[in-house]
Amino acid sequence: MKLTQISIFLENRKGRLFDVCSLLGKNKVNIRALTVAESEQFGILRIVVDKPEATAALLKKHGFVASLTDIVAVEVADKPGGLADILKVLSVSDINVEYMYGFVERKSDKAILVFRFDEPDKAIVLLKKKKIKVIGRKEIGDL
Amino acid sequence: MEINFWDKEIETIDKAALKVLQLKRLKETVSCALKTQFYKPRLKKAGINSADDIKHWEDYKKIPLTTKDDLRECYPNGLLAVDMKDVVRLHTSSGTTGTPTVIYHTKNDINHWAELVARSIVATGATNEDVFQNMMSYGMFTGGLGLHYGAEKVGLTVIPMGGGNTKRQIQLMKDFGSTILHITPSYILHIHSKLGESGVELKDLRLRKAYLGAEPYSENTRKKVEQLFKIDVYNSYGLSEMNGPGVGFECAHKCGMHVWEDTYLLEVIDPKTGESLGEDKEGEIVLTNLTRRATPLLRYRTRDIAAIHKGLCGCKRTHRRISRILGRTDDMLIINGVNVYPSQIEEVIMRIPQVGTNYQIYLEKEGTLDKLVVKVEIYSKMFSGNLAEIDALKSRIVEELRASIIIHPAVELHEPGSLPVFEGKAKRVVDNRVKL
Ligand SMILES: [Zn+2]
Repeated sequence: MKLTQISIFLENRKGRLFDVCSLLGKNKVNIRALTVAESEQFGILRIVVDKPEATAALLKKHGFVASLTDIVAVEVADKPGGLADILKVLSVSDINVEYMYGFVERKSDKAILVFRFDEPDKAIVLLKKKKIKVIGRKEIGDL
Repeated sequence: MEINFWDKEIETIDKAALKVLQLKRLKETVSCALKTQFYKPRLKKAGINSADDIKHWEDYKKIPLTTKDDLRECYPNGLLAVDMKDVVRLHTSSGTTGTPTVIYHTKNDINHWAELVARSIVATGATNEDVFQNMMSYGMFTGGLGLHYGAEKVGLTVIPMGGGNTKRQIQLMKDFGSTILHITPSYILHIHSKLGESGVELKDLRLRKAYLGAEPYSENTRKKVEQLFKIDVYNSYGLSEMNGPGVGFECAHKCGMHVWEDTYLLEVIDPKTGESLGEDKEGEIVLTNLTRRATPLLRYRTRDIAAIHKGLCGCKRTHRRISRILGRTDDMLIINGVNVYPSQIEEVIMRIPQVGTNYQIYLEKEGTLDKLVVKVEIYSKMFSGNLAEIDALKSRIVEELRASIIIHPAVELHEPGSLPVFEGKAKRVVDNRVKL
């Protein structure tokens, strides 16, 4: 149930983000989620796409520094406190969150959270036990 | 380890016989120098009117030092010692600062130079079964032609590709199974970063050795190249004033470069005082070419900083070894009053595995202070996607540089391929400080 995210090292150089996005666009890669972690002089672009391995190879071939990272995506229940419930499950466990980001799925309008855990397998077991919906690779492709 | 020799007798000559040979050749060189417009008055002033005034081996110290500026003043024929009809080739160097310099060669000079290169190549263990891809520029730059003639003498299969055109270089390396490259350190690192793009993998190549020269580089760069390509890297030393490559070369033991002392009288001096330094002391290398007849050069200040190693090499060659070139007297940077050689910076960054194959050093003025900015490319295979790791890498580079050169640098991390690429000699230092 783990998903694969692509992390791309980018200098804060004009047009660099555009270079990535236009390369992916030309190759018909659909970006499901995107976030940028920035420091003053460079950033790391994180994207979730339908075919991560092939996309990472494409990026590397074009000279980008890219690597694959395991992430876990969960659906936030459509009710008050849905997000809090998820965070609560994690906060009482000893699993560390390196970073997280969210996006809204287009068709269903559902909010989805992407987590980078230090121990993703353990996190998935825990989340499922608490009846939190973990999204699989196929579902990401279908979104 | 099997030790091969090209000319065993001269390469293992005993010390006493070497001194006799050096004295004989020094006398010949002095009488040849007395035929030039430049040396005639200068040697007479020093009390040397003929070769007979050099009686003992130690007498070479009477000869005044010659500098690069002297060479410039001699352009075009102040140092020509033979009739032009006996000159078969000349190499000029334009230099970055204006007036060019020129070195003439007779047929014998060229042949002797090729002999030295042949010795050097064989000392690394190369044989006529090797395929030698020469990636140093041909033409006025002596790197290309210098190795070329020596390699042909030994019987290697020479691919005279010259510098640049990375894609084609990689293709040739693959198609002809090149086993030895002659190349600058910065260019071989660049080639490695382009292998993937060219669709060529290391296993498609038959590389075994690389001869790196033409620019100073650190021991860590050697290790990096050796690990990246899984080859042996040999250090090569030469300068156009002393012919070019083949002045000094590492043997299979890779522990300093043997300087061919039957041809080059080797000294190390304190660059400030001109005083001779003993073995193991870093200073400026001073060389006398003992065999070149068209352009004699006596006690020439190379501006290269190195030290003479003590003791004999395991290969039994008696010719003394020098350390790698640690810097050039004119490359030395003064940053907020501290002396720094670019090679010290390289030494630090090349030992960090997450650093890629290219870097640049920038100097800026910030108020009254100098600011050192070191730009490095990250090594793509070491990227994990973690921002904290990248931040830690940056801090590590800053810390290690500070510990090594005392100056606190700013470090910038860049994507591979984003810093300027040099296919010949690299220009690593950009000094934007206004000279007052
Ligand atoms: Zn040796």
